[in-house]
Amino acid sequence: MSVLPRPDSQTEPSDDRPPLVEMINIHKRFGGVHAVQGASINLYPGEVAGILGHNGAGKTVLMKALSGAIPCDEGEIRINGEKVSITSPRDARKFGIETIYQTLALADNLDAPGNLFLGREIMTAYGTLNDRAMENEARKVIERLNPNFKNITDAVKNMSGGQRQSVAIARAIYFNAKVLIMDEPTAALGPQETAMVSELIQQLKNEGVGIFLISHDLHDVFDLSDRVSVLKNGKLIGTRRTKDVTKDEVLGMIIMGKLPETDRPV
Amino acid sequence: MPDQACPAAVKGNRFSRCLRQADIDNRMLAMIIALLVIWVTLNVMTDGIFFTARNMYNLAVQSSVVGIMATGMVLVIVCRHIDLSVGSVLGFTGMVIAYLQVHVFPLGAAWNWPLTILCGLALGGLIGLWQGWWVAYRGIPSFVTTLAGLLMFRGAAYLVTDGRTVAPMDKTYQILGGGIDGSIGATWSWILAGAAIAWMVINAVMVRRSCRKYGFADKPLLAQLSLLTIGIALICGFVMVMNAYMKPRTEIPRGIPVPVLIMICVVVGMTLLTKVTRFGRYVFAIGGNPEAVELSGIAIQKITTLVFMVMGLLCGVAAVITTARLNAGANSMGSLAELNVIAAAVIGGTSLAGGQGTIAGALLGAVIMQSLDSGMVLLGISSAMRQLVIGAVLILAVWFDVAYNKKRP
Repeated sequence: MSVLPRPDSQTEPSDDRPPLVEMINIHKRFGGVHAVQGASINLYPGEVAGILGHNGAGKTVLMKALSGAIPCDEGEIRINGEKVSITSPRDARKFGIETIYQTLALADNLDAPGNLFLGREIMTAYGTLNDRAMENEARKVIERLNPNFKNITDAVKNMSGGQRQSVAIARAIYFNAKVLIMDEPTAALGPQETAMVSELIQQLKNEGVGIFLISHDLHDVFDLSDRVSVLKNGKLIGTRRTKDVTKDEVLGMIIMGKLPETDRPV
Repeated sequence: MPDQACPAAVKGNRFSRCLRQADIDNRMLAMIIALLVIWVTLNVMTDGIFFTARNMYNLAVQSSVVGIMATGMVLVIVCRHIDLSVGSVLGFTGMVIAYLQVHVFPLGAAWNWPLTILCGLALGGLIGLWQGWWVAYRGIPSFVTTLAGLLMFRGAAYLVTDGRTVAPMDKTYQILGGGIDGSIGATWSWILAGAAIAWMVINAVMVRRSCRKYGFADKPLLAQLSLLTIGIALICGFVMVMNAYMKPRTEIPRGIPVPVLIMICVVVGMTLLTKVTRFGRYVFAIGGNPEAVELSGIAIQKITTLVFMVMGLLCGVAAVITTARLNAGANSMGSLAELNVIAAAVIGGTSLAGGQGTIAGALLGAVIMQSLDSGMVLLGISSAMRQLVIGAVLILAVWFDVAYNKKRP
């Protein structure tokens, strides 16, 4: 059940390549609430960067600055070393940044192809919607993700949680994302579907896609990510290689904002 | 393979799928049945007057104004807004058209009435732009914006001539109202019917071909053929009824009335707009989940403004028909039309929660409302009683909608 072609050898992210994404000193305020206070974070090709923190730590806001949903007030975003300005989701898509939102962001009354291609429809030569071409493409990508998923032309509101998630994931990977932001991708899923998401992450990683994985589930992040960054009260506590830290140490960072004693910063 | 395991169930699914692609779901089916029941009942109660060609002709003409505006209201309600100002916008644009035609442009000039129509449509579009701008870019709830519009444009309609009625309109212009000469005759009616049938057949063949191209299962031939047959029968039946009504004291058949022709064009255009354009897709997506649309990088404000502009434009079209039919411009034109228009859209299955509704449904809703109204007129029921009945029907229709949505998974 290979979703994407698997390269022969798995490439370890190495720091001599330029980072795919650099977010430098990002600030975001909502009125008096300083939701993100100068966080800096980066992402290499083929890497999974876990982002951990309590509810309200600023994980989602930081990622929404990258996806264009909530443009940041201050700070710099670089894609492949070049400074860019991301002020809308359209900008982010232009740079190959795709997002799977925690809420999935699906229009409930449309079918799966309608959602998959929302904003990027396939048109006919006459400038009309090419529904059949979209259905055809959607079927290809969705059936590879979830072979049991046949009723893709039903309204999304009539689908199961796993199917809805498949639609959201299909939308993010169909357009050859270079950077994928996954906000709690397994929060609504059963064990089997969670395994599917893990496998997908592994495959995308091998393809050189960089993935930001937001989660409050420590185990998920430890299983899947190469590095973890911890946010607390809008500040970045630190970023460590997953293999250099224990779960307890990361928990200490999340809860108390305390760096590990035998510290090996990235 | 489940396909072989339970052929009967699959066959049923395919048939309902075929119906669904023709935009006929259970709700629509129920409405068609309701309409037929209303018609037959009224026919019995009026001793056969209801089904006379004359009554059906008048019914068609009377439905056209509300029908045209209801198609626009579907878009407005689908994207979670409301437009209470349509009646006043009709009145204002109608007054401007009449005033320009009679008092400003030279009387009798051939370009007079076409230019006034253009001015009226442009004015309608501009009013839509004004209201859409406040709703989309300034965040004023559409209920408030258009409630203000209801007052403002009714006032503006009065101010055009300080309340005086403007008459008479241009002779050629009156054709658009569907009066004595306001129909296209038997021959043209049949030519148009032939064109419509040809288009239906070609469309069905094209759909089958493109299904095959992508390797999708063909729709069952029998279901498709029977739908096609019903469509052809309806078209022929409609033309025959319209041709059966003669001009006064002659044997010349009237044929399809011009306002009904305009309405058909609007319905076809609006259906295409909702089905095959990006704009239509986005309108429905906004109704389903505005946040998702925004995150997809779609300019939600632009779409919303455009929806109100389409609504304004259709008010302009309705104003043309109304003034041509009245052969005058009166500042009370379109009073309370907003209620009929919203009711037609809602009876036609447009959900006030947004995201759901069809153009064909709105048209059906308009015809149901008009049938009830004119049927009761034939029965000599007082206008107070008619309002009571139509109000009750509105409640029933929405109750049906709520119950129907609850039963679905």
